[in-house]
Amino acid sequence: MALDSKIPLGEMDKKWTDYKGHVKLVNPANKRKLEVVVVGTGLAGASAAASLGELGYKVKAFCFQDSPRRAHSIAAQGGINAAKNYQNDGDSVFRLFYDTVKGGDYRAREANVHRLAEVSAAIIDQCVAQGVPFAREYGGLLSNRSFGGTQVQRTFYAAGQTGQQLLLGAYSALERQVALGNVTMYSRHEMLDVVMIDGKARGIIARNLVTGELERHFGHSVLLCTGGYGNVFYLSTNAMGSNVTAAWKAHRKGAQFGNPCFTQIHPTCIPVSGEYQSKLTLMSESLRNDGRIWVPKKKGDDRKAMDIPEEERDYYLERRYPAFGNLVPRDVASRAAKERCDEGYGVGTTKLAVYLDFKDAIVRYGKIEAGKAGNENAEHHSIVELGRAVVKEKYGNLFEMYEKITGENPYELPMRIYPAVHYTMGGLWVDYELQTTIPGLYALGEANFSDHGANRLGASALMQGLADGYFVIPYTLGNYLADEIRTAAIATTHPAFEETENAVSERINKLMNIKGTQSVESFHKRLGKIMWDKCGMARNATGLKEAIAEIQQLKKEFWSDVKIPGEINSMNPELDKAGRVADFIELGELMCIDALNRNESCGGHFREESQTDDGEAKRDDNNFSYVAAWKYNGDSDWQLNKEPLSFEIVKPSQRSYK
Amino acid sequence: MEHYSMNLTLKVWKQKNSRDKGGFETYQVKDISSEMSFLEMFDVLNEQLITAGKDPVAFDHDCREGICGMCSMYINGKAHGPWSNNTTCQLHMRAFRDGDTVVVEPWRSKAFPVIKDLMVDRTAFDRIIQAGGYISVNTGNAVDANAIPIDKKDADDAFMAAACIGCGACVASCKNSSAMLFVSAKVSQLALLPQGGPERESRVLNMVAQMDKEGFGNCTNTYACEAECPKGISVSNIARMNREYLTAGLSTEE
Repeated sequence: MALDSKIPLGEMDKKWTDYKGHVKLVNPANKRKLEVVVVGTGLAGASAAASLGELGYKVKAFCFQDSPRRAHSIAAQGGINAAKNYQNDGDSVFRLFYDTVKGGDYRAREANVHRLAEVSAAIIDQCVAQGVPFAREYGGLLSNRSFGGTQVQRTFYAAGQTGQQLLLGAYSALERQVALGNVTMYSRHEMLDVVMIDGKARGIIARNLVTGELERHFGHSVLLCTGGYGNVFYLSTNAMGSNVTAAWKAHRKGAQFGNPCFTQIHPTCIPVSGEYQSKLTLMSESLRNDGRIWVPKKKGDDRKAMDIPEEERDYYLERRYPAFGNLVPRDVASRAAKERCDEGYGVGTTKLAVYLDFKDAIVRYGKIEAGKAGNENAEHHSIVELGRAVVKEKYGNLFEMYEKITGENPYELPMRIYPAVHYTMGGLWVDYELQTTIPGLYALGEANFSDHGANRLGASALMQGLADGYFVIPYTLGNYLADEIRTAAIATTHPAFEETENAVSERINKLMNIKGTQSVESFHKRLGKIMWDKCGMARNATGLKEAIAEIQQLKKEFWSDVKIPGEINSMNPELDKAGRVADFIELGELMCIDALNRNESCGGHFREESQTDDGEAKRDDNNFSYVAAWKYNGDSDWQLNKEPLSFEIVKPSQRSYK
Repeated sequence: MEHYSMNLTLKVWKQKNSRDKGGFETYQVKDISSEMSFLEMFDVLNEQLITAGKDPVAFDHDCREGICGMCSMYINGKAHGPWSNNTTCQLHMRAFRDGDTVVVEPWRSKAFPVIKDLMVDRTAFDRIIQAGGYISVNTGNAVDANAIPIDKKDADDAFMAAACIGCGACVASCKNSSAMLFVSAKVSQLALLPQGGPERESRVLNMVAQMDKEGFGNCTNTYACEAECPKGISVSNIARMNREYLTAGLSTEE
């Protein structure tokens, strides 16, 4: 089947306007009869459920957490981009579009990215109207900051808690619709399959995680807003519950999976401290505005950071990339850290860490403050004191978090950081309308593949989640549902619901009856290790082939030796986890297959076979300027379909940050 | 920072479901690293229980970075344990010493029934938000974001109130199980902002009415909520809510 991206004709900056002007509409009386299932209540899901409820559709929303307010969008720290040009520094829709396509290393679909940039400004308006307390200047107007990979200040923020404030805004809009009776909320529910009738998505099977009961829910269409799959690596900055299950079930039912190997490894995370580690914590990218990254010049140097003199420190990012220095994009910074550690220059007990040092920034700010106070000859210790206060105001909550986790004071000692899995650019393939290859099934936010290409720029994930939910799906879903007004609600006694529920139930029984010896967690850890070692920051054909074989072996072992305590018909977190890990294992195999197929380096995907003489990523536009969409044919069997990418506006060039 | 390892005795609340009476179970854990988080220590315990064919301890957790508000353990008589301004997931084992006994209970409040072991049902908070914890603005209705300048002090105060993570530690810490800190944080955030103006009176009346209906207790000004709040939400929000409530009550004819 050829992939039809349904990109509207016409000029790039007119496509979305033209589309909206001609798209089919559903009249209010009919909207009341149309039911929409929304799975996931993060930024994309909560904003979609609220907006569709406001329009008059009958919405059912699902989340596995105890409340929609807990979705992992809440943990985003840095900010949200919007082409407002409030700073008068030359920003525009075009520039945001351009930066995003380039930052994605020319592997995103131009038309989608342009629409994202177009609606970005309205997101900020909407959030402010909802009472989201963004940072403000003394004049009462909104404040902006800059973020990696751009030259303008377009990032709106609420201290280091931007995701939290945006999510609570969307959550409050959602709860308002619940109160009005337009949305029914199902928390502590997990979607376990899509129900297909006559080739269309018509509902879901969900498990009530408190009682263990399986439930059938009809919808004229189903929206998956279920986030990314970074937890396939076991250790990531994702929440413990973040999983691929909803997207994976849809994939197995026919929704193709786009660019699964595109993973973002974030350079500034707190390093692993031991085998027991359950998750990794991000330190916002904004720290690289003031922190300098270094390792000792001598291999295996065991001295404490403070004892290593200035001339024996290697500020390797400043050395390798003089033009961008510590502010190179995420993928470049991550690989450079790995390179130093692999060569034996790493620091800390595990030697898998580099320093992020604020010493110079503290002195610099301290001198400025002393100067403001007219104290040009201040002593060093008072300069440091003044400087620390400035750094505290900018990054206080992050420094506090670092200290809580590591027990070290980053005002005195440099932070130790290491890259960690943070975001997945890949996801369910969707067309311009955010519809997957299953009619009636949509994917929004991080769950889809569409806007970030092979690398996402900072402060763009929040933008995309809310763009999809507030401003895209309310238009594009109508185009589908307008043809469904004659479809009466289908009773959940329909055989398709029956069969799907039976299949779900069988799988749960099968899992519970294995009664093996190894815990779910131990399998998840082993999968993570394979993925991190062989499909992580650097990949090569030999390693990927080994990984595929190892994952297939792990899958066999899982299905014959996993041990799940408890019962089916009651709350059983181990059973929930087992289903998710089983899906991660299958996804892991597909990620390696995709990474093996893409024999080029682009964005976060670095194939060792494809690099320049000085070790930088080398793209191959002649052979790989396409979206890899994988169709599931059966166990370990996928078919590759290609959506060619053409660039009308932003002409691909090799990225250089030297 | 010196790292060390420790052996601990855990007394953990086990309760099958909301109808079960429940009680403490005692467990031993060994070789716990001071670098672990408190929940990672529970991961070790659960791995041990699963291997031994026993029922693991159910507890709520998700982001494990102190922001989602899902974790909810009452540790040695304090919500979220001994550290101040901290969530359970960010509590680290260096807070304990070799040989310590640690008592872990769920949040206890009539309005938060136990689901299993350390998990409780906090949907009462969602229903309070449904009663008015929002500004009624449909998608697409907004004016330009900079059309409404907001005094920086008000914006900052609104942000401080909005930092609430809805974990329920305030309720668990209060001898009356009062939810005043949670409710007042949302009322304050929206009362401080001009966007919240039109619904200001109905919001506070409806949210307080729902709070009472859910079975939360009254505030008797002990300030345990503020002391235990992981996000440092100030009790001045309660004072603001009381003023809002009084004003709204006086000016609303019903």
